[in-house]
Amino acid sequence: MSGGGGPSLMDSLFQRTLDDLIKGIRLHLPGAAQSSFISKSLDEIRREIKSTDSQTKATALQKLTYLHSLHGIDMSWAAFHAVELTSSPSFLHKKTGYLAASLSFRPSMDVLLLLTNQLRKDLSSTNQHEVSLALECLSVICTPDFARDLTPDIFTLLSGKNFIRKKAIACLLMVFSQYPDAVRVCFKRLVDNLESADNAQTLAATVGVFCELASKEPRSYLPLAPEFYRILVDSRNNWVLIKVLKIFAHLAKLEPRLAKKVVEPICDHMKRSEAKSLVFECVRAIVSSFYEFEFAVKLAVAKIREFLLDSDLNLRYLGLQGLLLVAPNHLWAVLENKEVVIKSLSDVDRNIKLEALRLVMSMVSDDNVVEICRVLIGYALKSDPEFCNEILRSMLSTCSRNVYEIVIDFDWYVSLLAEMARIPHCQNGEEIEFQLIDIGMRVKDVRPELVRAGRDLLIDPALLGNPFIHRILSAAAWVSGEYVKFSRNPFEIMEALLQPRTNLLPPSIRSVYIHSTFKVLSFCLHSFLLPGKGVNSSRSNFVDIEPGFTYSESEQEFTETDHATSSSGFNKRDTFTQEAVVNMLTLVITSLTPLAESHDVEIQERVRNVLGLAQLAQQEISCNHDQKEKMVDKVDLKTSIIIRLINDALSEDFGPVSLSAQERVPVPNGLVLEENLSKLDSICADVQLSISESFSLVKPILLPTDGDSVSNQQNEEDSETSPAESMSLLAEHRKRHGLFYLPSDHNKNASSSFPPANDPNQRDNDVEDLVKLTDESLVLKRKPGSNRPRPVVVKLDEGERLPITVKKTDENDDLISGAVRDVLLGNEASLHSSNPSGRRKGESHSKDKVENFETGNSSKRRSKHRNHGKYVEDKEENSEKSKKKSGGRHKARRRADGGIDVAVQKQVIPDFLL
Amino acid sequence: MIRAMIVINNQGKPRLSKFYNYTPVEQQQQLIRSIYSVLCLQPENVSNFLEGSSILGPDSRLVYKLFATLYFVFVFDSSENELAMFDLIQVYVETLEKCFSNVCELDIVLNYSKMHTILDEMILGGQVVETNSEKVMQAVEEISKLEKVTAATKLISKSASLLWG
Repeated sequence: MSGGGGPSLMDSLFQRTLDDLIKGIRLHLPGAAQSSFISKSLDEIRREIKSTDSQTKATALQKLTYLHSLHGIDMSWAAFHAVELTSSPSFLHKKTGYLAASLSFRPSMDVLLLLTNQLRKDLSSTNQHEVSLALECLSVICTPDFARDLTPDIFTLLSGKNFIRKKAIACLLMVFSQYPDAVRVCFKRLVDNLESADNAQTLAATVGVFCELASKEPRSYLPLAPEFYRILVDSRNNWVLIKVLKIFAHLAKLEPRLAKKVVEPICDHMKRSEAKSLVFECVRAIVSSFYEFEFAVKLAVAKIREFLLDSDLNLRYLGLQGLLLVAPNHLWAVLENKEVVIKSLSDVDRNIKLEALRLVMSMVSDDNVVEICRVLIGYALKSDPEFCNEILRSMLSTCSRNVYEIVIDFDWYVSLLAEMARIPHCQNGEEIEFQLIDIGMRVKDVRPELVRAGRDLLIDPALLGNPFIHRILSAAAWVSGEYVKFSRNPFEIMEALLQPRTNLLPPSIRSVYIHSTFKVLSFCLHSFLLPGKGVNSSRSNFVDIEPGFTYSESEQEFTETDHATSSSGFNKRDTFTQEAVVNMLTLVITSLTPLAESHDVEIQERVRNVLGLAQLAQQEISCNHDQKEKMVDKVDLKTSIIIRLINDALSEDFGPVSLSAQERVPVPNGLVLEENLSKLDSICADVQLSISESFSLVKPILLPTDGDSVSNQQNEEDSETSPAESMSLLAEHRKRHGLFYLPSDHNKNASSSFPPANDPNQRDNDVEDLVKLTDESLVLKRKPGSNRPRPVVVKLDEGERLPITVKKTDENDDLISGAVRDVLLGNEASLHSSNPSGRRKGESHSKDKVENFETGNSSKRRSKHRNHGKYVEDKEENSEKSKKKSGGRHKARRRADGGIDVAVQKQVIPDFLL
Repeated sequence: MIRAMIVINNQGKPRLSKFYNYTPVEQQQQLIRSIYSVLCLQPENVSNFLEGSSILGPDSRLVYKLFATLYFVFVFDSSENELAMFDLIQVYVETLEKCFSNVCELDIVLNYSKMHTILDEMILGGQVVETNSEKVMQAVEEISKLEKVTAATKLISKSASLLWG
């Protein structure tokens, strides 16, 4: 109509309103039609917004704001128009401009600078709704510049009309966080508002601001405790009380005498109040901050019980939450309610189920962990996949907490891990993998059971089809290879490792399988070729070669091995017949030969290692087969020599490695580590991660110097070619960096003095329900004198799995609390002059203060109440109070000053309270 | 503090969204989508609270209430009381009810800026500033009057300019 020129009158006459736009969007189906409609409308808006007619402009901006907020359309290009409209004399246009600004402005926009003057003008407007607009906008888009420039204007509003005052107070929070120096100007006025009992909303906003401030740095607000106490006792507004309770929950942790004083009124509220929100807040405060007061906790737990038995799901959920808060200090409360907790595990509500699960886990101790886990596994089987994994996850994390602190019977725990692997929905493969290997390395006594559990997993072909448990199978394969000496039937493990369905595994895990094959093979050959010879004798050959190497631990280990094997009825001589070994060699060669051409280097390399050994052995052993008279010379075969070397290399035990081990290696002189390598930081981060993950593949012996899993390969080759050399290197390394190795000597000696892991006294009653958990489980802490045997768990000194993260505090928070402290402690020199309070009032007023405080205590205010919702029975202070307003305010001001002065003499505060 | 107030319909379309900390609009949309994806899976007869840390970051909770076709959602942190927030939804809806008598989704769709006006009277900078729906209504009515006055004068001046322009 208007052609390509500027916006014309016709445009503004037939402009689409926001309603038209919304209806238009609704008419078009979501998708292409709608988005083309929106982009058409955007074109219109772009044209209209340039109009000189402010009505047209405002409507365009209104539409744009709508599209921005609900359809995610960019409107940063229209920022200037929004600023322009805020200065419109028309309230509607001004409001449109401010809404656009508060919904779309970024703190980094240049155009913000243009808004400062308009905000100042509107903050001092006589129209309270214009002031509201400015405050609302400021509370969202406040920048340090705005805060600095507008602090004086906001300061004025802090003592204005209630309607504005409460908004200005709420806005202060943002101002403080952007410009901490504003605290010096506004803080006293803010404190004054704690006395505004005449208007509940103003008080609520004030207390709300203090609640936010105190949650960040409570200590600075301790001097205000008398004020808060008075509100706690006097106020009957639930919104106010909730916030005050939150403040006291923060403060009480710092000042135990304060807790003593405050706990009574809190209990009164808890007993008296009908409002569930307030009751719950009291409960929360008591159980999280006042848990030393027996009577209060009892009362709180009784209230929690009411919540738990309520038909309202929200209350039941909160009841469980409350219980979870009590648990760390008063576990009896949880045990008292365990029926409800257990029942909640099968609730339809996921939230309730999760809370219940957390509670159940909080009940776990070393006495009942077996029963609780059994019940939970039962629940896991019945639950939906998501919750099932939640259960498994919490079991895994609880049991492994603090290096398996609560696990006493590791045989049981290993079988539990294996059982988890068989749960159809199990998706915690990674964690289970980690724990299986970790336990293997840490707990010597459990290795036979570990191998048995691993075997059961490996021989089940069905498990290979489930990608979620591939990681667990990887651990099972590693364990079976590493600890093959505990196996009853190594041939069976070999078959399991080579079964055809292993082609379903990803290459990384398959290479673990193949490497385990190598270990099993060398073990079998060793047992076959050198049956009579104890490993000790073969070892002794090497003693003269490497005099620096200590054998004490290895020898001991091997005697243990013999013990284990003979006790399990495993007779090497019967098992390792010529025929069995030849068959095994054939199996290895036929199954692995196709893989020698694998595209995966890792697989290919490992396969070739295995094949090299197997083919050599096959040749010589089948030769032998023909000439039986030469059997006696088995020991002199080339294979025997190699096998002996390999076995020696493999028999070195793994131990857990501290995450920081590598970092503790001293930097050799003359080596500049950071030179030109700073850019590698990101890569190094990856490498470090892989160290912890590649536990299963890496010999710890090499870890401190070389964290890459490829080193394993090298290790093997080295040991095949020049074992003596590598051994001596290892020995030397061990000597030099002894401190990075676990004090294994010590541990091993200790372990031999311990009885076996299997505890014959372990209760094995078939309590199906956790509800019936006997009262013995009430014994929460493990008794130090308990004679229950527990296998040695190798522990490192420092945290191994998680690097410690340092909590960073917001710099601004520090600045705020610094400023608050300055104000409260009376460094008022720089204070805004409009506050009449002087320091000279000091002493005399603190006496005033005492009196006022006392009267405040005793006089309960009557007020008319009004019901709002279900939970907060909001009790408005009646306006009849406002008669006393002016006088009261004056007095209040003085009292507040008293409070501040009191703060100056730190000693005095507690006197009022205690 | 209250971090956000969102109204979404049961199809996942946002009807109102207000974030009290600066949040880029793309992120807002993303958050609304992920909140909806959790809400729409909630079965009936469950509690109205959701642990929000997985979608909304640490120390965040969420309370929602479904009225007919609309979810009213508050996102807040540990400085607020869950049940009080639940009541705040009630107050907000009560006020809408007073505004539109028999409020339905269409009222809410078509009165976008009024929804904001009501909300701004109740919450400012993430702090609750009014919980009495009567008082909220009173303020909202005053504001509407102010808006109408200016709109009317505009209309007059516009038609005048039409006549003479």
